[in-house]
Amino acid sequence: MDFNALFSDFGGYTITGLTVGAIYALVALGYTLVYGVLRLINFAHSEVFIAGAFAAIWGWAALGLDGNSVASGFGSIMLYLLVGALIAAVASAGTATVIERVAYRPLRKRNAPPLAFLITAIGASIAIAEAFGIYTRRRPVGAPTLVKNDVLFTVFGAEVTVVQLLILGSALAMMVALDLFINRSRTGRGIRAVAQDANTAALMGINKDRIILVVFVIGGVMAGVAGMLYDIRIGTLTYSVGFLLGLKAFTAAVLGGIGNLRGALVGGLLLGLVENYASALFGSNWKDLAAFVVLVVLLMFRPTGLLGESLGRARA
Amino acid sequence: MTSVREWIDSGRHAVAERWHNAPRWMRWAVIAAVIVFFYALPNREFYQWLGPIPTTGSNFGQVLFTVSIYVLLAVGLNIVVGFAGLLDLGYFGFFAVGAYTVAVLTSPSSDLKTLWPWLLALPVALVLTMVSGVMLGTPTLRLRGDYLAIVTLGFAEMIRVAATASDFLKGQRGFNQIPHPPGSYSDGKPIFGVLDPRPYYWLVLTLIILVVIGVRNLNRSRVGRAWISIREDEDAAQLMGVPTFKFKLWAFASGAFIGGLAGALFAGKQNFVSSQNLELLNSIIILAAVILGGSGNIVGAIVGGGLVAYLIERFRGIEFFGVELYEYRFMFFGLVLVVMMIFRPQGLIPNRRRAAEFKDRRKEVIVGG
Amino acid sequence: MGETVQKPTVPEQAGAPAVESTAGDREPLLEVDHVTLRFGGVVALNDVDFTLYKGEILGLIGPNGAGKTTCFNAMTGIYQPSEGEIRFRGERITGKKKHHITKMGMARTFQNIRLFPEMTALENIQVGADAHHKTSVISALFRLPRHRREERDGIEKAERLLDFVGISGRMHDAARNLSYGEQRRLEIARALATDPVLLCLDEPAAGFNPAEKEELLQLIRKIRDQGITVLLIEHDMRLVMGVTDRIVVLEFGKKIAEGLPAEVREDHRVIAAYLGVPDDDVA
Repeated sequence: MDFNALFSDFGGYTITGLTVGAIYALVALGYTLVYGVLRLINFAHSEVFIAGAFAAIWGWAALGLDGNSVASGFGSIMLYLLVGALIAAVASAGTATVIERVAYRPLRKRNAPPLAFLITAIGASIAIAEAFGIYTRRRPVGAPTLVKNDVLFTVFGAEVTVVQLLILGSALAMMVALDLFINRSRTGRGIRAVAQDANTAALMGINKDRIILVVFVIGGVMAGVAGMLYDIRIGTLTYSVGFLLGLKAFTAAVLGGIGNLRGALVGGLLLGLVENYASALFGSNWKDLAAFVVLVVLLMFRPTGLLGESLGRARA
Repeated sequence: MTSVREWIDSGRHAVAERWHNAPRWMRWAVIAAVIVFFYALPNREFYQWLGPIPTTGSNFGQVLFTVSIYVLLAVGLNIVVGFAGLLDLGYFGFFAVGAYTVAVLTSPSSDLKTLWPWLLALPVALVLTMVSGVMLGTPTLRLRGDYLAIVTLGFAEMIRVAATASDFLKGQRGFNQIPHPPGSYSDGKPIFGVLDPRPYYWLVLTLIILVVIGVRNLNRSRVGRAWISIREDEDAAQLMGVPTFKFKLWAFASGAFIGGLAGALFAGKQNFVSSQNLELLNSIIILAAVILGGSGNIVGAIVGGGLVAYLIERFRGIEFFGVELYEYRFMFFGLVLVVMMIFRPQGLIPNRRRAAEFKDRRKEVIVGG
Repeated sequence: MGETVQKPTVPEQAGAPAVESTAGDREPLLEVDHVTLRFGGVVALNDVDFTLYKGEILGLIGPNGAGKTTCFNAMTGIYQPSEGEIRFRGERITGKKKHHITKMGMARTFQNIRLFPEMTALENIQVGADAHHKTSVISALFRLPRHRREERDGIEKAERLLDFVGISGRMHDAARNLSYGEQRRLEIARALATDPVLLCLDEPAAGFNPAEKEELLQLIRKIRDQGITVLLIEHDMRLVMGVTDRIVVLEFGKKIAEGLPAEVREDHRVIAAYLGVPDDDVA
């Protein structure tokens, strides 16, 4: 264990961890929302994320920015970012909707057992990832450099770059907006009602299919934005990265308490931190292991996650 | 569409009906014929008459070996998922434990330098996989089903990461010169060599038969009833006196044992084990094979495992309008899963009522006891 | 050889006649000792206290939501009491594993039938009979003598019990294909297969017509005549009055009356709480 590495740049590892964690958190929201409403692990959500990440890159390419381009000028950068986020959000929400319609709804109509849903989800996930893999010839695709990775300011000895600030800022803004939407709006009330008791909600005149669609769309938008932020942070994208990222985002959702929106945020950030501290201590090869060790230990002592399962009923 | 399905269904029912009404000797004859067929299959003299069945892109004996390993894994996972109803998404992890144990104990590239023969390492590998199953199961089997799924997936991933990252497990460089299983022909040449994959296939096939007999015995006993009662209604099972945790742990350990066996066989055949053998997708493929074949049914698991592994290999070397079909194999696989769950969620050979078998079984028991 | 084969006791063993138990030796079998059970802020059981004596049929009644099934669940180990304790055969069962409580001799049925739907009737009962079997994975794997012996005993016992509850014709049918009444009977048979000293029936007559109820009454008496103590949760007053030796009445999680059926019927609190309520089942 290398404590020197960790403590010499503790602030830096913390900021990086939070940045990675923010992306996990955005993706985790999709898992948590769908799970809250349908009690379903939407295994294909990782491909919803990948769809957004590719869409943003291809959108920028259509605007003339390929993997080697460097954008300049504050106004045009903001514009590119917004357009990228929009395209990614639409692509991801669209993918999520298609998955819901084609894969899940027919099963729901027939009241299929949970295992059937999971297998369908796995099938959809593999098919979509492979389609991207075949289309990109299984090679990484480069994203343009929209935001220069300059150090913006220093907190407690930790340098914060523009990219990190952008990711943390936009992720937090999205979460606050979602939180307000779920807690204040009429549709948000509907979502909470269906999550608590779908049958009663249906009796109260709430259209369950519509609520489910909304949930998939919201999850898709969040995952799409996460995909674009991922492009900006990493700079390249391979079709297969969704699987592991999705797995970790799901872990984050479980960590925070699945079905609980704020839990997804806490879980995501925590997972990002744990991973980065672990990579400082044990070497970056081991960082993937840390996430699962934390998960197993947590589930042993607190099976409902850190904040409990609140979107749906807390199960006895 | 529907009428075609009904037609297929009625055909299947008719076959099932005939099977169960057939006299005992006839059923044994059919089973014997099937077994002989599969022993004969890797011989060129035999398979050249089978039209499109032999693979074109790769050595058919080698393909059959791969397929047989998948069948073994499907039979093992079927205990966990099909009988006990425990969703294990990381089953391939046990395969890895088996293969790596053999590698570490036998390979000259291992730090241990024990250089054991394969046959000596095998029981150690089996015990270690069972222990790893119990170690994974003890904290997790109390959890709810969906959490179990994610934790098992995490387990397989942990093993992959450990294999990639640790110096002891050699990462991508892996272990080479793992010894083959023992045995030699009368002229002194080893049975299990480098060139001919057939003896390995026959070995795995024989072990599959033994494992299936064992699993069938378990399934038709207090143990099997406990597993199925847990799958059907865990609380009720417990209130009827079933020690559910204990039997869930047994399901995990039995499944792990078979997974470890498959891993050890693979290591003995391949000579070489590295972290590149540990694709996460493998766990998913085996699970999908079990569900596809018909979860909870041993024959279904065999058919599912065999079919999935065979079709994936069958795509190799086929060009279709200038496109290599092998490239598309997993995409098709994913789509088949979706379509299958929509149109036939119970699998190809579903967990049929065992009523008809029961009469024989009673006789058996009474005569035997 | 040396081992003693656990003889299935249920249908053969003629137990103590009912008269004896109600009159003379009042040996406590199950003591619910000032049990309180809270879920969050809700008090589901409030200081419930009663004793069940060996050989009797005790009715546990009360309006819907009175806490009858909750009380059942506390007894069978599903819920842990917040205060007080439950003793079975003199042993404290609070905190014991559910399957262990079953092995101690307490068996139950469920208000909403919970059979193993994909298993046959025979197999369902075998699961119950397995409670006292010791076949290990190894002996099942190699079909060792113990496995064969227990398997044979289990099947014989299951056949007897199917006959006892009157559904022997459905032995090889999947539980889910049985009629509602047959499923109720199968549940009782499955519970009896665990060789209970105490059988807890949770609204066994729900959804029955009068003729079926009459048959059920006879079945319950037959079970008691085997020496098995019966705890009966029931909604149907006539059924309860007709078969029970004593009655405990719950309302809002509290015990409001206890006594002989005739006494309980006259109790003004019971009339107010229960009989006063217009109820189809009462009529």
